[in-house]
Amino acid sequence: MMDYSQFLLMPQEIGLLLVFLLVFIYDTFMPERSQRYMPIFTVIMMALYTIYCFCFPAATGEAFGGMFESNAPTWVMKNILNVGVLLVLLQAVKWTNSDFVSVRRGEFYELTLLTLLGMFLMISARHFLLFVIGLETASLPIAALAAFEKRHYESHEAAAKYIFTAIFSSAIFLLGISFVYGMSGTLYFKEIATALIGNRSALLIAALAFVIAGVGFKLSLVPFHQWTADVYQGAPTAVTSYLSVISKGAAAFSFLIILVQVFGSAYGQVWEWMLYAVIVLTITLGNLFAVRQRNLKRFLAFSSISQAGYIMLGIIAVNVMGMSSMIYYVLVYIFSNLAAFGVIAAIERQTGKVTMDDYNGLFKTNPWLAFTMMLAMFSLGGIPPFAGFFSKFFIFVGACQQGSIAIYILVLIALVNTIISLYYYLLVVKAMFLRQDDCVIPTIKSHWTERLGLILCVAGIIFIGLISCIYAYINGAVDAISSMFAAIQ
Amino acid sequence: MEIFNNILIYFVIVPLLTLGGLALCSNRGIKAIRTVAVIGASVLMVLAFWLVSIFLQARGAGDTSEMILRSDVMWYAPFNVHLALGVDGVSVVMILLSAFIVFAGVFASWKMNPLPRQFFMWFFLLSTGVFGFFISIDLFTMFMFYEVALIPMYLLIGVWGSGNKNYSAMKLTLMLMGGSAFLMLGLIGIYFHSAPAGQPLTMNILDIAHNDAIPHNWQYLLFPLTFVGFGVLGAMFPFHTWSPDGHASAPTAVSMLHAGVLMKLGGYGCFRIAIYLMPFAANQLAWIFLLLTGFSIVYGAFSACVQTDLKYINAYSSVSHCGMVLFAILMFNTTAMTGAVMQMLSHGLMTALFFALIGMIYGRTHTRDIRDMGGMMHIMPYLGVGYVIAGLASLGLPGLSGFAAEMTIFFGSFQHTDLFHRVLTILATMSIVVTAVYILRVVAKLLFGEVQDEHHRSLTDATWEERLSTATLILAVAAIGCFPNFFIDIIKSSFYPVVEALQAALPNVL
Repeated sequence: MMDYSQFLLMPQEIGLLLVFLLVFIYDTFMPERSQRYMPIFTVIMMALYTIYCFCFPAATGEAFGGMFESNAPTWVMKNILNVGVLLVLLQAVKWTNSDFVSVRRGEFYELTLLTLLGMFLMISARHFLLFVIGLETASLPIAALAAFEKRHYESHEAAAKYIFTAIFSSAIFLLGISFVYGMSGTLYFKEIATALIGNRSALLIAALAFVIAGVGFKLSLVPFHQWTADVYQGAPTAVTSYLSVISKGAAAFSFLIILVQVFGSAYGQVWEWMLYAVIVLTITLGNLFAVRQRNLKRFLAFSSISQAGYIMLGIIAVNVMGMSSMIYYVLVYIFSNLAAFGVIAAIERQTGKVTMDDYNGLFKTNPWLAFTMMLAMFSLGGIPPFAGFFSKFFIFVGACQQGSIAIYILVLIALVNTIISLYYYLLVVKAMFLRQDDCVIPTIKSHWTERLGLILCVAGIIFIGLISCIYAYINGAVDAISSMFAAIQ
Repeated sequence: MEIFNNILIYFVIVPLLTLGGLALCSNRGIKAIRTVAVIGASVLMVLAFWLVSIFLQARGAGDTSEMILRSDVMWYAPFNVHLALGVDGVSVVMILLSAFIVFAGVFASWKMNPLPRQFFMWFFLLSTGVFGFFISIDLFTMFMFYEVALIPMYLLIGVWGSGNKNYSAMKLTLMLMGGSAFLMLGLIGIYFHSAPAGQPLTMNILDIAHNDAIPHNWQYLLFPLTFVGFGVLGAMFPFHTWSPDGHASAPTAVSMLHAGVLMKLGGYGCFRIAIYLMPFAANQLAWIFLLLTGFSIVYGAFSACVQTDLKYINAYSSVSHCGMVLFAILMFNTTAMTGAVMQMLSHGLMTALFFALIGMIYGRTHTRDIRDMGGMMHIMPYLGVGYVIAGLASLGLPGLSGFAAEMTIFFGSFQHTDLFHRVLTILATMSIVVTAVYILRVVAKLLFGEVQDEHHRSLTDATWEERLSTATLILAVAAIGCFPNFFIDIIKSSFYPVVEALQAALPNVL
């Protein structure tokens, strides 16, 4: 007899499923004339659900024989993803009501919510079977979303590229898992961790390499980043923003849990150095490629590659401070990147212009959009008093707390890279404020949903750093599982 | 909130309020914009004088604590980051200097065009950073304000600058941010060694200094990081190259604020963080930086001799004078270090005066090349006289600020009895002669030479707001020159703890 009270441990998943079902019912059964209110309906439902989750944290514990775990950090991670998704959906309202998309707008919202459900499972899974189910649920619908602009050739290309890399990376990941299964005879995280203590075999190294490669594809870590720029450029901007912040954030969270909980005993000798190399490559190459980009979506793709490298700094630290800084970093990154994508989407929707040269002199005609974009760039570049500065500082402090000289060198490399990144972020600011152009983008009347989304992002960029209780909220949650890290060191 | 009873927090709040007030102004209401800016700057000036009187009263009443007006509010508990405020004599005079220059800068950019509102908003954001830096005694808060002061430069130069402004703005921003990247690593390193094992880590500068827990091998690593990090902003050779380009392209008020105050952030940070917190490595490694700064002094002076652009001349002269600041700080005795702060004051006011005058001359002649100008003394006597006064202060005429500062520095430096310090001091002293060469060369050519362009004869002299701006600075320069002891008394006692820490860290102390 199954104990149904176990489902009480997953109110976030159930709530999300409920929102999904409501949207689905609205989409299917409501009359045609009220269909154009569906995006707003979804946003309101999502907002209510997000607020509910913030107000009523669930009990912590394990369900389904230990396959699923809900604890304070997973709760916070999911809340942060909820906030990000809410912003993405809000910014997409006008776009989904546009001519060629409106017939399929239901799919956009349903698939987005479904992938989010998959990500929640990835975060909470404590068994690789459930994890893989979550991973697939989170990846495959995104290919459909990427192909959403049916008329555009690039959109199809993006979808094809995404689906192939997703399948390929899943295969590699599964191969790694099968090695792990061969060594430990189980798929439960905890049991694997116990079985792997003291194991330094070549098989373990191979398994770790495959796991890092498999998740690295999702996080677009170098050298697994090849698909990123093309997919980001080709996919509709709403999907790109979803892909760059939510998908990346969820992958980073679950990556941390897998590396620390499953492979914790192999930290010092094995994956610390694998991750070290990957971080150095990711930050440096991402930055160097970003410098030359003229298309802003490509530009943000490479910038987000290097940002993923910074996020990984929170993992390599394996301590409470590193993990809370990483979650905080993702939160700040969501707000900054969504502000940038919000501006790009608003301008692209009305003028179709996405290259940096099109933005020359934008400040003259669209001061508020230019201002928002500038704040986003400053925050991504880590300029105080904006949130990006705080998250960068904290993630560096978290990494350095680990204490070894090697990590200090890694942080130095990352810091030198922030200068490179500042250069190309300033290129955007330069185009908007310093340059003049004859064919400036005309003054844009943005929709109120876009404006609201951007205002929320700007408020986040300005206040998340200055108000310390947000970090305290995350840190308090992570503190609850500090024993997980104590076991490693 | 008890922190709002502390006068120091208003040095951050007032510029922010001014910024908010400007944001509410309309773009066209130039009168309203000017009024708000002037009110903000005047309030800051009043606050600065009030702060000096509070400080003097406290010291007069026998309060010998290292920092007065302490306030402490927990900000980020997991990192033990506080909003910790406190000032000693050095910060007090630095705040006074900043207030003077912000005040003069507002009047110097009276006719700023285009977008005056945005210009003043960035200008006040920059001053928020500057004041915040001087009032905080917490590493994180200090660093945050430091970077707040740097980034507005990019837009201020890029949008309102002249000449090769895009290049200069980018170069300046990246070089200064590069310096602060090293600085950030240094600060993180300091934080993790800020307390003996078992005690909570802290970001509070005073606590770190009292704990004195940074291991010596770490000091060898962290001292260069922090010193170079701040040294970039202090225009230390070979990291000075942003300075000439940046100053040449920046609009007048920004050059004033940048050379006048921002470059002082470098010197202030060098002694407050690098030297005070890591006295052991400071003693061991000082010779490297003494050579570099000694070279800065001589090199800057000679470079200034061959420049023909007025702003470049002044920028290289700043490299030389700011080199003098760092040079004196590295002498590690109270006299020389007091001289360093006097030099900061003197150079800040004098350079601001120079840049203000250059901006005013440039606004009339539309050239800054001294080969194209001449006979300005007859055409615009007020500006001419101002230029001569600034020049004389720069080359160290007694009665003006430069003399008091440089005299104290060389007195202090020569107290060292070893050959190395004495030779360096003598070399540095010789730069005064070179200074006289390039100052008098400009004065002779620009003010008393032949009129090069007949159109220049019809130019007008300074307007009232320009007179006000320059008169404020000239008065301040003369005040320091005539009453140096007033300032030296405020500054001197602040260096006792630093010098004590340095003495205690000497390896052969018996």
